[in-house]
Amino acid sequence: MNRQIVKLFGFIVVLFGILVGFTSYWAVFDAKALKEEEANKRPLLEQQQIRRGRILAADGTVIAKSVAKGKGDALRFVRRYPEGALYGHPIGYSFVRQGDSEFEQFHNDELVGEESEFSSILDELRGRTQEGNDIVTNIDPVAQQIALEDLEVEGFGAVVAIEPSTGAVKVMASNKSFDPNRVPYELSKLNRNVIETPLLNRATQGLYPPGSTFKVVTAAAGLESGAITPETTIDAPGTLEVEGQPLNNDFSEDFGPIALDTALTNSVNTWFGQLGQQLGNDRLFETMEKFGFNSTPPIDLPDDEVYESGVYGEDGPLSVRDPVDLARVAIGQERLLATPLQMAMVAAAVANGGRLMKPQIWKRVIDPDGRTIDSLDPSEYSRPISEQSAEELTTAMEGVVSEGTGTNAAISGVAVAGKTGTAETPGNKACGGGIDENQAWFIGFAPADDPQIAIAASVECTTAFGNDAAAPIFRDVAEAILNGE
Amino acid sequence: MSSARNRELFALVPVAILLTAGFAGVFAQESTRLDNLSLIYGAYFLAVCVATHIYLRIRLPNADPYLFPLVALLTAFGLVMIYRIDDSLAGDQANWFVIGLVLFALTIQFLREYEVLERYRYTIAVGGLLLLLAPRLPGIGQQVNGAYLGIKIGPLAFQPAEFAKIAIVIFLASYLREHREVLIVGARRVLGVTLPPLKHFGPMLVVWGASMFMLVFIRDLGSSLMFFAAFLALLYVATGRFSFVVIGMAMFTVGAWFFASTVPHVGDRVEIWLDPYVDPTGTGYQILQSIFAQADGGLFGKGFGQGLITIPGTDAALLPAAQTDTIYSLIVNELGLFGACGVILIYLLIAARGFKIALLARDGFSKLLATGLTAVFSIQAFVIIGGVTRVIPLTGVTLPFISYGGSSILANFVLLALLLLISDRARREALEPGGRAPAGGRA
Repeated sequence: MNRQIVKLFGFIVVLFGILVGFTSYWAVFDAKALKEEEANKRPLLEQQQIRRGRILAADGTVIAKSVAKGKGDALRFVRRYPEGALYGHPIGYSFVRQGDSEFEQFHNDELVGEESEFSSILDELRGRTQEGNDIVTNIDPVAQQIALEDLEVEGFGAVVAIEPSTGAVKVMASNKSFDPNRVPYELSKLNRNVIETPLLNRATQGLYPPGSTFKVVTAAAGLESGAITPETTIDAPGTLEVEGQPLNNDFSEDFGPIALDTALTNSVNTWFGQLGQQLGNDRLFETMEKFGFNSTPPIDLPDDEVYESGVYGEDGPLSVRDPVDLARVAIGQERLLATPLQMAMVAAAVANGGRLMKPQIWKRVIDPDGRTIDSLDPSEYSRPISEQSAEELTTAMEGVVSEGTGTNAAISGVAVAGKTGTAETPGNKACGGGIDENQAWFIGFAPADDPQIAIAASVECTTAFGNDAAAPIFRDVAEAILNGE
Repeated sequence: MSSARNRELFALVPVAILLTAGFAGVFAQESTRLDNLSLIYGAYFLAVCVATHIYLRIRLPNADPYLFPLVALLTAFGLVMIYRIDDSLAGDQANWFVIGLVLFALTIQFLREYEVLERYRYTIAVGGLLLLLAPRLPGIGQQVNGAYLGIKIGPLAFQPAEFAKIAIVIFLASYLREHREVLIVGARRVLGVTLPPLKHFGPMLVVWGASMFMLVFIRDLGSSLMFFAAFLALLYVATGRFSFVVIGMAMFTVGAWFFASTVPHVGDRVEIWLDPYVDPTGTGYQILQSIFAQADGGLFGKGFGQGLITIPGTDAALLPAAQTDTIYSLIVNELGLFGACGVILIYLLIAARGFKIALLARDGFSKLLATGLTAVFSIQAFVIIGGVTRVIPLTGVTLPFISYGGSSILANFVLLALLLLISDRARREALEPGGRAPAGGRA
């Protein structure tokens, strides 16, 4: 029997080995995924025993802070948002039961002072308790407030303002917003509100037809590829037959042979439609993708809360190989959808001499002792166009504001470059299904000769045009930021 | 002669130090100041252990020197963990430990000639089965989480399965000792599979039937699995026929599958095991929280006393049944993968010593009894640790010597006493003139 006993012991060794294997899997190899599991409240519970760091606006205004509740073992910290709905987007919320979202989620590790296992052991030996770091954002509170107030007047929509040279996000407003302080009490009610969708950050998750604002991208592709120069003229009739359907200018106006600045100033559809066809898929998609289309924008928000822009087929954005109606993509129609963040990135890239910087909301991380332990190092995302193309495009975009379709964006004493857009969205359920609904846009930057700020403003469910609904928001927000400097 | 006992005594010292350090750790955590109370607890524990050691020195001078210190280590570890969860529970557990040691001494005192057990094997078997049935008896039976595991007489709650496992192992060891020859010789090959002789197949079917019965009647998958695995282990050791084990496993699987699909509680346990995320706040809560607690532990753990057991500021459990079922998860949480490996290693060392005793034993009954006791002990540890790590469905058996629970402590001390009795005789016989020296031992 001894041989069998030894084998039985071997079997027990194997069984215990399996236990060690599974324990290792849960405790070490799969630990990260388990901590991110929705049902796992442990990380949040532990974190609420840590004083989570504050989130501050660029001027030091407190956007989020933690207050202590209870004593001894029951001591815990609860999140407070003194400014309420103003920063509902993009800051989000962080609560034990409801979880976290947006900026609070993305910067969680810094806010709770997460450290490597080794250094936290050292801290423990030294008797230090874990404390969270503060994060200062780039958000300009005055401009943020103006953006949200203007949106409230117009209805639903979003505004994104980016400093072109650094990618610093100075405004990200989305209406309807929500008061994060109410999340513990009415999260499910907020979730059920499918008309106002207050939890949706329209700046990063709102996918809208960009309309004529996309002509900036088409023009950039034309200039950059050498297909056109600012002097190249294209005959622009009142109507163009494309794919069996007429493509019209406003009032079917016939412009004759015109160059880029006239075409952009008057937002001539037939001119850009032909340019798009001339460019072909390869050249148009190459420029689009360099501007950030067809990828998740590189912003400091959770990936699942930032949507890709692109020509949407049934399974998401189409690639360069898919057949598309190029003439209509070129004027921002077809199945093209873009987020306000994406269009702000387009404006910012043109403003920054063709260099697109990664948009970032955070600016500095400050430890509990008041030392800055990390600060934003602006980095380039791509170079969609050359400096020369950017200058040529800027000149054309200045025409839009000075004498074209976007005059309401003008700021006295400051040259503004921009582009309006008005996409017809009849039957949009979010707007109640009316047939006159538009998505009104304005993208642009100022001052045109030394851009300090690039902005995209987008208004949902409006009967007005881009110049009437969106351009004034651009102007108010740009003025607030320029005056603040 | 007493070198084995000297080794035992030396091995107890680190155990007492560990216990003292553990209590000191809890005090430091709770009150941020060191209390000499931890030293007093450590001293009490050491005194009780030394008393037991002296008793062993007199009664079983040749018994295995490592088993008692290993068990003391587990108990000390369990006491500290339970103290850290709830100090009043630790007081109870310490009392059970002392009562357990008394029972341990009584077993050694009155079962020196443990082969008398063979004479009463059917009585013991029937007693074991009755114990298992008791939780279904009206008036004293108790249902916990859908399983019938406990009985309650007056203020005393009691888990009879803990004692039944010893009774059944005694019966099986005795039965198989007598019938192993015929089971081997009478076996026939049918279609390339070696089948046991039909005549002796009956009792095996009875054991299978008892396991299935437990599944249906007691609704306890864990105990059922534990008993049947111990049975198969013994059958294999007694006959050397691996095919019997395969047949037995097939029978168990078919039966378990059948009853899992017909008996609600058993089926639920299996479904939760397969996909706990279906109802993460309800039925899947315990296993998910168990795994989340482990994920939080990492390599080194959060530190002793640092883990969360309840949701702060409330009494709501974050790790349900932390002092019993999921105590292993708390160990991983606070002491990390390394701490948990340490615990598993102790169980493995106990298993190694137990099987060593079986190897040294001369007669068939002693061999099979030592094998069965060691197997059922190891498998119990596997069933509960495997349950909380989602290797198998989570069921309510205790982690021997660590989990809170009087029945478990008492029964396992009886089990330990039997092992030491077998060991003492085996080593004594090996030392006698004409006998061979125990492998690796020093005379």
